[in-house]
Amino acid sequence: MKFEAVIGLEVHVQLATASKMFTRVAAGYGEPANTLTDPVVLALPGALPVLNKAALDQIIKAGLILGCSIAPVCKWDRKNYFYPDSPKNYQLSQYDQPICLGGAVEIELPGPARNVMGEHKKIPLTRIHLEEDVGKLTHGAQDTLVDYNRAGTPLMEIVSEPALASADEAYAFLTSLRLALVHGGISDCDMEKGQMRCDANISIRPVGATRLGTKVELKNLNSISFVRDGIAHEIRRQLAVAAAGGTITQETRDYDGQTGTSQSLRSKEMAHDYRYFPDPDLMPVRVDEAWLAALRATIPEHHFDRQRRFMADYQLPYTITSVLVPDRGLADYFEAAARLGAAPQAAANWIANDLRRELAAAKLPLAASKLHPAHIAGLVSLVESGVISSSIAKEVFVAMFQSGEPPAAIVDRLGLRQSTDTGELEKWVSAAIAANPKAVAEFKAGNEKALNPIKGAVMKASAGKANPQRVDELARKLIG
Amino acid sequence: MADEIIHQPAARLAALLAAGKLSSLELVQACLARKRAVDDRVQAFNSCDEAAALAAAQASDARRAAGQARGPLDGIPVGLKDAIAVEGQPLTCSSRMLANFVSPYDATVTQKLKAAGAIPLGRLNMDEFAMGSSTENSAFRPTANPWDLTRVPGGSSGGSAAAVAAGELPLTLGSDTGGSIRQPAALCGIVGLKPTYGLVSRYGLAAYASSLDQIGPLARTVEDAALLLGVIAGHDPRDSTSFQAEVPDYRAGLAARKGPWRLGVPKEFFGAGLDPEVSAAAKRALEFYRQHGCEIREVSLPLAAEYAIATYYLIATAEASSNLARYDGIRYGHRSAAAKDAIDIYTRSRAEGFGSEVKRRIILGTHVLSSGYYDAYYLRAQKVRTLIRNEFAAVLRDCDALLSPTSPVPAFKLGEKSADPLAMYLTDIYTISVNLAGLPGISIPCGFTGGGLPIGLQLIGRPFDEAGLLAIAHAYEQAHEWSQRHPAL
Repeated sequence: MKFEAVIGLEVHVQLATASKMFTRVAAGYGEPANTLTDPVVLALPGALPVLNKAALDQIIKAGLILGCSIAPVCKWDRKNYFYPDSPKNYQLSQYDQPICLGGAVEIELPGPARNVMGEHKKIPLTRIHLEEDVGKLTHGAQDTLVDYNRAGTPLMEIVSEPALASADEAYAFLTSLRLALVHGGISDCDMEKGQMRCDANISIRPVGATRLGTKVELKNLNSISFVRDGIAHEIRRQLAVAAAGGTITQETRDYDGQTGTSQSLRSKEMAHDYRYFPDPDLMPVRVDEAWLAALRATIPEHHFDRQRRFMADYQLPYTITSVLVPDRGLADYFEAAARLGAAPQAAANWIANDLRRELAAAKLPLAASKLHPAHIAGLVSLVESGVISSSIAKEVFVAMFQSGEPPAAIVDRLGLRQSTDTGELEKWVSAAIAANPKAVAEFKAGNEKALNPIKGAVMKASAGKANPQRVDELARKLIG
Repeated sequence: MADEIIHQPAARLAALLAAGKLSSLELVQACLARKRAVDDRVQAFNSCDEAAALAAAQASDARRAAGQARGPLDGIPVGLKDAIAVEGQPLTCSSRMLANFVSPYDATVTQKLKAAGAIPLGRLNMDEFAMGSSTENSAFRPTANPWDLTRVPGGSSGGSAAAVAAGELPLTLGSDTGGSIRQPAALCGIVGLKPTYGLVSRYGLAAYASSLDQIGPLARTVEDAALLLGVIAGHDPRDSTSFQAEVPDYRAGLAARKGPWRLGVPKEFFGAGLDPEVSAAAKRALEFYRQHGCEIREVSLPLAAEYAIATYYLIATAEASSNLARYDGIRYGHRSAAAKDAIDIYTRSRAEGFGSEVKRRIILGTHVLSSGYYDAYYLRAQKVRTLIRNEFAAVLRDCDALLSPTSPVPAFKLGEKSADPLAMYLTDIYTISVNLAGLPGISIPCGFTGGGLPIGLQLIGRPFDEAGLLAIAHAYEQAHEWSQRHPAL
């Protein structure tokens, strides 16, 4: 029998806000333990929550980016359970009325080759809701320590439909989701800092069956690669069980990315009763059209839309757009250069290759670069108008990356203008012909490539300033 | 001096302070002396930071000397129920769970008191976590009724009521979830006001039932209650349920609003279970208003009468079961010495830290929220609550206030009802529906039983019309001398 996998993801994402979700204490990472606390975070007697509107803005924005419908009223529920990382022993969450319903994540599957765009698919979402994060436990040999710095940080839970068919699709889902959220300023989605966490529900069923198989929940998938590897591993495990005639048991498994193995955490879903009820300390919040419109105006173009536009409008190759578009700053930089009149393909090449290489070598972020889109536009125009050659342009690029000096000024200062003086050129070309009789003979015998050493000698003699087009024409004329 | 001032209304004390005939230091010293004289019998105080109060009194006197007094309550001591946070002072909720807890922050009402120059003085006894109607559920000791030390002061704000009645403090704050200010005020012969839900910030009040709790004043006169309400009322950005309302000058409103008023008398609040002496006193008050030109009309609140107690004990316990989950022995509060792991810390600390009434309500509340019972209990109770609210709103369209006894019985004997929770719950039968409807309610003295026990009259007003309610109460009080009687201690 042939089986297919069905995967659903639950992704928790911390929202980027200055303060926590229900109090003014800063939301942060890496601070000394229990310093980002106050009576509300520690659930002291008498403390009350007050909604941080920025958190609601962020999740609504996320919902708009992902095409969700936004509930007209945002309501809060208490999820009651005892655990030492939860100061109130209830979590403020959204139970029956999540703020975002529906929506989808557009994903790109691996293409047939690296330079060919892969198939795109929309993975539907069930819901997105807002809740508060919990603290962090550190287990020692004798005791357990609790750090409440993370407690109360706004956290959204994105639940996909069971609509993913492979580990690669799950990988593509998270990659695309992360890009959309980072570009929207919703979260930094740094999985190492726990800003993005993923659980996967995996089942298999005979191809063609409509009923879902018994699901296994995979936890602790703390990098996007581990998600892919963990899911692939779990599918293989379930297929092996099925092949051996066994049955899959409903359980929660822990995947260890280091060893590539998983083990059962709980053999059966514990019968939790969270005793949800509407929180009486918080008022429901009405979300009106004006609020939505204001947020809609802040949403950036979706990365796949932008990529398609770059390919169509600027005629950029897929590979270059795959470099530019995921980095919103770089793509904005490119568009700024294009708006200044730079030939798009040339500008894109400079940015995707030379600029990234120099930034990496200097360990600089783009924002700290002395080289601005105007420099790129200037350089491209100097090359296009024949003032300098492409090889000289490489020199100019490095010089202006270092100093921030405009390209034309560098060209003038260093005397790098390309020579088009026919007299001077003829001298160089004649000398090169005289010095390379073997090449001349081969060229005359019909070998086009034999012209190259002659042109190379001219470029060398002219220190790169000779116009290659003119050199080619002259060489043919003088030999012929 | 001390004997003359211990039973004076706060407004009179404020006048003496303003005239330079009394210093805040003398006043605080007089209160402390009275406390030393009577509190071993009344047992209203859980604790008292005397040094802090004396220092605050000296600071107040210095302000006044410099011409910078902050208003009528500057220099006046105000006692706080031991559920309202004061920075650096114990906050026990009269529970073993918080016996050693010191609050690191001020409640909003505490901040407002301090800003007005009032002096927080004393942590006052209560039923544990405000669950009870007699203050016998205090984990530490019961408070006695100053009029008869063998009887209860009512509850849960029993310490706050007894301290005022006994002359230990001129003003106190309590909290009222189902009658916990009004019922002890009635049983102790003083004035107690539960404001409209949302008028006073709950920030810093250890929560019992969030959708019902309100902080309010207990005082010797309606004028004093108006003064204190004016200080603590108003929107608080730290309490999402606090209302964006203008706070009028309640004291000025007492004389400005003269009536006559249209008063409704809910016939169900004069039915079975009502003590004949209490009934007679309430009806005499009714006659007073009638003789002063008020239109008295009989109204009916059948749902409130029939379902308020059941509805209350579903909603309040549900919220309490969740609110009290934070008392787990992990971050603060009692932690069992015998606990071996996290689950053990929870079960043993809570088993040791909570008293039986608190446990009863947590268990009840946990049950009503459980999957499979939620719809039948909690959700239905919320629907009934809406109907009760609508019922009151309909009646109050044609009435300025409703009038009833506060408690069906005067102060009962210590131990008399403590073995029978249902009998205890019924003492809140006239007050509980007011919390469900979110309305303001006030209890004022309206007589004494033949045995010398105080009787309270309850007036229920329109939402956020505390000014009107206080004026109606003031009119009655001005024509009677009940507030001038004091218990012999």
